Amino acid sequence: MEKFDVAEYVDRTAAILDLDINPEYRENVIANFEKIHAIAQLVNEFPIPDVEALPTFEP
Amino acid sequence: MNDAVSIAAAVREGKISAVEVTQAALQRIAQRQELNCFTAITDESALHDAKRIDDAIAQGNHPGSLAGVPFAVKNLYDVAGITTLAGAKINAENPPATHDATLVTKLKQAGAILVGTLNMDEYAYGFVTENAHYGATHNPHDFNRVAGGSSGGSAAAVAANLVPLSLGTDTNGSIRVPAAFCGIFGLKPTYGRLSRAGVALFSSSLDHVGPFARSVRDIATVFDLLQGYDDRDPVCTQKSPELCLPQLDRGIENLRIAVAGDYFTKGAEPEAITVVEQVAQALDVTEYITLPEAHRARAAAFIITSCEGANLHMEKLRSRPQDFDFATRDRFLAGALIPSHWYIQAQRFRRWFRDRVKEVFQNIDIILAPTTPCFAPLIGQKTMMLAGEEILIRPHLGLFTQPLSFIGLPVLSVPIHRPGSLPLGVQLIAAPYNEAIILRVAAVLEAKGIVSTHTS
Repeated sequence: MEKFDVAEYVDRTAAILDLDINPEYRENVIANFEKIHAIAQLVNEFPIPDVEALPTFEP
Repeated sequence: MNDAVSIAAAVREGKISAVEVTQAALQRIAQRQELNCFTAITDESALHDAKRIDDAIAQGNHPGSLAGVPFAVKNLYDVAGITTLAGAKINAENPPATHDATLVTKLKQAGAILVGTLNMDEYAYGFVTENAHYGATHNPHDFNRVAGGSSGGSAAAVAANLVPLSLGTDTNGSIRVPAAFCGIFGLKPTYGRLSRAGVALFSSSLDHVGPFARSVRDIATVFDLLQGYDDRDPVCTQKSPELCLPQLDRGIENLRIAVAGDYFTKGAEPEAITVVEQVAQALDVTEYITLPEAHRARAAAFIITSCEGANLHMEKLRSRPQDFDFATRDRFLAGALIPSHWYIQAQRFRRWFRDRVKEVFQNIDIILAPTTPCFAPLIGQKTMMLAGEEILIRPHLGLFTQPLSFIGLPVLSVPIHRPGSLPLGVQLIAAPYNEAIILRVAAVLEAKGIVSTHTS
């Protein structure tokens, strides 16, 4: 995957969501999103066969 | 034994009154305030309820199987007359709850006496119960260490002998982690097995409720009492309850037990693995099995939790982020920005992983795994060295619990008392709805003296 600008993503997505991120928190939110991004890759890179998510989960 | 069942028996037999038991519990709670377990103490209603139990006994009525047993609940459960803080300063402005949560009602109907509500991580988002608004809950075995979280108050109150019984919630490990750190039993039943009605949600896809106690028979007794369909919780199962207490002494001869290998043997301090080996040895278990892609299961649980948690608190994240605990705020804010594709992939992966683990359970009845990768860290401790690598402690504490709650498996964390050291836990894991066999294994381990609670 191409490297993307996390800070820019955070700013733009927050704007779409009307979520005003205080400059005081911004750096830490970006750091957290970088972590989330790395963790999500573990799921996203895995080829899931043709299964749909369970609308109501039954274990 | 000072467990709930023995207290109830003593009360029913008239050896001690419910009022005396309740007064003693309230006194211990007052004496151990420095542990910071409680967010509210319901002394007035507790003594009133206890008096009613004593009156019922005096009149020859059956007062219930938990007659006179003091209990307390994580402050995420609604208790009529008390504001459900959920560990949040924001929620302190909410009016008091008007009704008890379903599980609180069930325990009261069984004669148990509610003595208060318990501290937690804000909005249940954490494994340490270091709450910026309401303070850290201290581990009764070492004041400088965390009790675990997010149900830290619930575990510490039982371990400190303040109450024999408490309720908590578990989304990624929040019952099992504090149970292990505090050296007590903590049951996370099958997803949907117990009603969550009247309990504030964190991440509905993964939220579970369950009890903490000091003995296997207490866990079985309470779990049996709490089972049953509740139309107020949309995920509550319509399956009939299966009573576990009558099955406790059936033994384990016919059960196939294995140790979780690979993922569940890495990223931990040696002693966390050693206690699993101790349990395996006591059960004469040598087989290892693999839960495939467990690391991705943990990742997917993380994504689902982040998305659903942020969604739940979106309005407050917009209007008053400054009032959140700093330990949760930035994680919630980042979680709000996750693309929908990632969330849906995580949910699809959840089904895939569930089906793979179901295959494992065709050949195995019980799986053993460590509860936590280490014993309780110090309050305020941010990192630890593990295999020569510095890692962040807080997220790491759910390493072994998250992949299991992800697919709603029933798990009991059993306490391994290690004289001179802090306690650790071992997870007994079964296929969905098989709590009964978990408790049978736990009963055998308890009888052998391998697992035991330790109060201090």
